[in-house]
Amino acid sequence: MISMPRIISPHHAQKIMNVVLWGVGFLAIVILIIIIGYILYNGLPQFSLEFIFGNPVGSGESGGIWPMIVSTFYVTFIALIVATPLGVLAAIWLAEYAGESNLVKAIRFAAETLASIPSIVFGLFGLTFFVVFLQMGFSVLSGGLTLALMAIPTILRTAEVSIEAVPQSYKEGSLALGASKWQTIYRVVIPAAIPGITTGIILGMARAIEETAAILYTVGAALAIPMSIWDPARPLPLHLYILATEGVSLPNAYGTAAVLVLIILIITISTNYLVEKYTKKMMGR
Amino acid sequence: MENIIIEVKELNTYFDESHILKDVYLDIPRNAVTSLIGPSGCGKSTFLRTLNRMNDVIPTFKKEGTIFLDGKEIYDPDVDVVDLRKRVGMVFQKPNPFPKSIFENVAYGLRVHGNNDKNDLERRVEASLKEAALWDEVKDKLDDSAMGLSGGQQQRLCIARTIAVEPEVILMDEPCSALDPISTTKIEDLIHKLKNEFTIIIVTHNMQQATRVSKYTAFFLHGEIVEKGLTDKIFIEPEDKRTEDYITGRFG
Repeated sequence: MISMPRIISPHHAQKIMNVVLWGVGFLAIVILIIIIGYILYNGLPQFSLEFIFGNPVGSGESGGIWPMIVSTFYVTFIALIVATPLGVLAAIWLAEYAGESNLVKAIRFAAETLASIPSIVFGLFGLTFFVVFLQMGFSVLSGGLTLALMAIPTILRTAEVSIEAVPQSYKEGSLALGASKWQTIYRVVIPAAIPGITTGIILGMARAIEETAAILYTVGAALAIPMSIWDPARPLPLHLYILATEGVSLPNAYGTAAVLVLIILIITISTNYLVEKYTKKMMGR
Repeated sequence: MENIIIEVKELNTYFDESHILKDVYLDIPRNAVTSLIGPSGCGKSTFLRTLNRMNDVIPTFKKEGTIFLDGKEIYDPDVDVVDLRKRVGMVFQKPNPFPKSIFENVAYGLRVHGNNDKNDLERRVEASLKEAALWDEVKDKLDDSAMGLSGGQQQRLCIARTIAVEPEVILMDEPCSALDPISTTKIEDLIHKLKNEFTIIIVTHNMQQATRVSKYTAFFLHGEIVEKGLTDKIFIEPEDKRTEDYITGRFG
């Protein structure tokens, strides 16, 4: 055996890397905690029943943010009911039916590009297409559809990857029992891919719920609760943006940010819990 | 003359340009076990998967010659492949239960074929699990995931799942190669039990297994059938030198 002069023994290298990797992981968590903690520290003191459930006074200097909370759920809901079926069905088609033609490669490339386009561009498109061309005006619908466009690529890619990750042996087992291709897809493949698809939907939702630029030009900035999809609205991120940039009220901006962060945390944690429970039931561990 | 259920004549198969099976003639007797033996890559599995048209999903697959199931060519355009696979079930090398409950695994084929009657499903699932000698081990946890079972139990579940749709033929592609000896014995016992009711075709690399479970054997080499006939005859006095070399372990 040829022995090379070692600068450092494998044993020490292992120890050093342990420290480095643990340190980096720890750092990432600490940064996250500091950011969330800072927002909550500044935002939570604003919390009161009136702040959460009241209407804003003036342009938000005081009063509450209830219309903004409603607006947020409203536009996000519209975005998801449009983007989820489109994204998931497109993912099924890409993963199970499309094969490997040049067209498919182009579609995949387009989806990846769309996922990285700045949101302000989506906003501009939403303004010219939904608001002006389709005459939907500044409304929950225009904003929701614009957000849907942003969420689709995220949902599509994540769902496609998780559908492709379903073992071939499941599909063969199903086909061998006389199931058709579609039966195999909706009875075996999709249930097995549900955790991944759900993650994609949550990522898409997170992208929609926190989006400001894409709705800036499409949803209007109304301070009242939107009563229908045709009404203008003001979701939380947009309200936050206006409060902060127009110097309306910094404390209320922090309060709004804290609400937004809490909503996202609650949705993510509860979905994770449900996905884990589902996976456990499905995989028996 | 035996009662023949599957009749294969002049079968040639290709993946792209590569010629896998060459002029295969084979008669499969009804309600008996037929072993397919031969070294890896000799075409046994391709042959097996041609019988339930599992190769159809591979775009480059091409087949010439005829395969009759009860006198009907299974590759005829008017044959519904779903129907064929209901009649010709398959158990795979690696146990592949679905990530569903034990009950739903067995009920799967029945549901797929339109049976949604709860009582009937329960009755058939129980009967199939009993027939697969798994009922006593799982009867108290039918709602648990099948993924939590041991490998041997999973394979018996896959057999239960297959017999639930009441096929005539069961194809088994090295069903024990991923299992421990005790589980293997259980599967072999099961094969003995099932052969009265089903026609079983089993691919195996295990010579002893072929002699233990099958009445008939076909020896494949380089895509051709070198020798076929009664298992006893082939293992005791093979006619072909290559068969003798293979079963005595001189190659493969």
